[in-house]
Amino acid sequence: MKYMLLINSGATDAEGGAAECTVEDWTAYDKAVQDAGIYVSGESLADLVTATTVRVGADGERTVTDGPFAETREVLGGFYVIDVPDLDAALDWAARCPGAGGNGSVVVRPVADFGA
Amino acid sequence: MTERTTGTGTDEAVESVFREEHGRLLASLVHRFGDLDLAEEVAAEAIEAALVHWPERGVPDRPGAWLLTTARRKAVDRLRRDQAYAARLAVLQVEADRTPPAPPAGEDADLPDERLQLFFTCAHPALPAEVRGALTLRCLAGLTTPQVARAFLVPPATMAQRIVRAKKKIREARIPFRVPGAGELPARLPGVLQVLYSIFTEGYAASVGPRLQRLDLAEEALRLARILRRLLPAEREVAGLLGLMLLVHARRDARTGPDGGLVLLEDQDRGLWDRTMIEEGLALVPFALTGGPPGPYGVQAAIAALHDEAADLWTTDWPQIVALYGVLLILAPSPVVALNHAAAVAMRDGPEAGLALLENLAGEERLRGHHPYPMARADLLQRLGRFPEAAAAYREALALAGTEPERAHLRRRLSAVEPASPDTGTGA
Repeated sequence: MKYMLLINSGATDAEGGAAECTVEDWTAYDKAVQDAGIYVSGESLADLVTATTVRVGADGERTVTDGPFAETREVLGGFYVIDVPDLDAALDWAARCPGAGGNGSVVVRPVADFGA
Repeated sequence: MTERTTGTGTDEAVESVFREEHGRLLASLVHRFGDLDLAEEVAAEAIEAALVHWPERGVPDRPGAWLLTTARRKAVDRLRRDQAYAARLAVLQVEADRTPPAPPAGEDADLPDERLQLFFTCAHPALPAEVRGALTLRCLAGLTTPQVARAFLVPPATMAQRIVRAKKKIREARIPFRVPGAGELPARLPGVLQVLYSIFTEGYAASVGPRLQRLDLAEEALRLARILRRLLPAEREVAGLLGLMLLVHARRDARTGPDGGLVLLEDQDRGLWDRTMIEEGLALVPFALTGGPPGPYGVQAAIAALHDEAADLWTTDWPQIVALYGVLLILAPSPVVALNHAAAVAMRDGPEAGLALLENLAGEERLRGHHPYPMARADLLQRLGRFPEAAAAYREALALAGTEPERAHLRRRLSAVEPASPDTGTGA
């Protein structure tokens, strides 16, 4: 069963990047996920100042705006998709994630399965 | 159970069998098929079949085994008919076709008891707190959704929706049916105990509504705690929780007057206390308290035991109770525990000392809107003869109390301090 771990950072620096975890923490976690054979995909997102929002109105007109910016306290900083037997296993991996500490949080969401 | 009953007696026999067997039946089916919906459906079908067959042929010698065999056959039939469903379940753990359809011969006690898994699933921290008790009552106590709704004073449609959502989450997020390993147990068991205790307290002092005690809910919580105790005999906090429930529930008949009004501990007729239940509860306390640091339920059971052993309020061992609340303040600190601690200090050292501790809690967020706080203050102020302040505190409590018997009690107390103080409101 696939789960996405959405890694939200609480406190961000001026550039909108996560401020709390060291690179070593992430390298170690990434290695653990790979070694466990549960890794499906994962990316770390560039700082929020680089984000752009697109909306298409009812008339088909495209609106492009800079941002969003961190008015909301939590900012999505990256994700993993892992393949584990059940929610308890997914929650254990979420708890081990460096992004779950400090002011951060990890949201665990099952990936919808339309196949089967 | 060898006696064969027919006619009207059967209905009651059948009913009691279902109440007793439902949790076990469901747990076995969930364990076998890994799917709560399928388990519930075939459990219901097996019970329907029993309602047809048993009145004609009598209740079978081993009703639990009969129900399980019937339900299992129905599940296998269904999985054969619905290949897509079967394929989905196969991904989980279906082993239905590999196991013989008939259970091994012997006593019902030989049937595997898988209820512990279900306890942990129903109390899973990933489920919303307000649905854990409802799910536990439905799956393990065999209550129907309308019964659960009535118990929690929620409209049946609302409760049904909550349960459907919780089951969808169990299924689609794949919350497992498993007993946590020894390493996880210390983190997960308190959640299960919390669910049972909240069912109990909800029944013991209904938070809203006309009746003070909803005894049926307290009885259900007790029944579930007894089952859990049998399933986890080595867990001291399970013994502590069961002991606490017994020692508190033993006072149920003395807690309400003939008019349904609240009777406080100090005014209760202790002759009405259930001695048998007290004995059963007392027997659990030593086990709950020995062999390592005690847990919060063990300590609360010990406090309840001291009350139950005392002849009256004045000969109660208050120094010991104060000490136990002190332990509880370290194990499970909360403003409510601090409130009880202050009330016990008032009994040991006098109302002045208790009131000083209560005043320290005035700013506590969690006591705002909690009527026992102004009630305790009012009581101590009254005992100190500070009637205008007592009256103000009683009025505050009156505005917050949720049940009519409690409000009636508070009105009585208020009238006792009001006539003596026409200048109400100047004392604060």
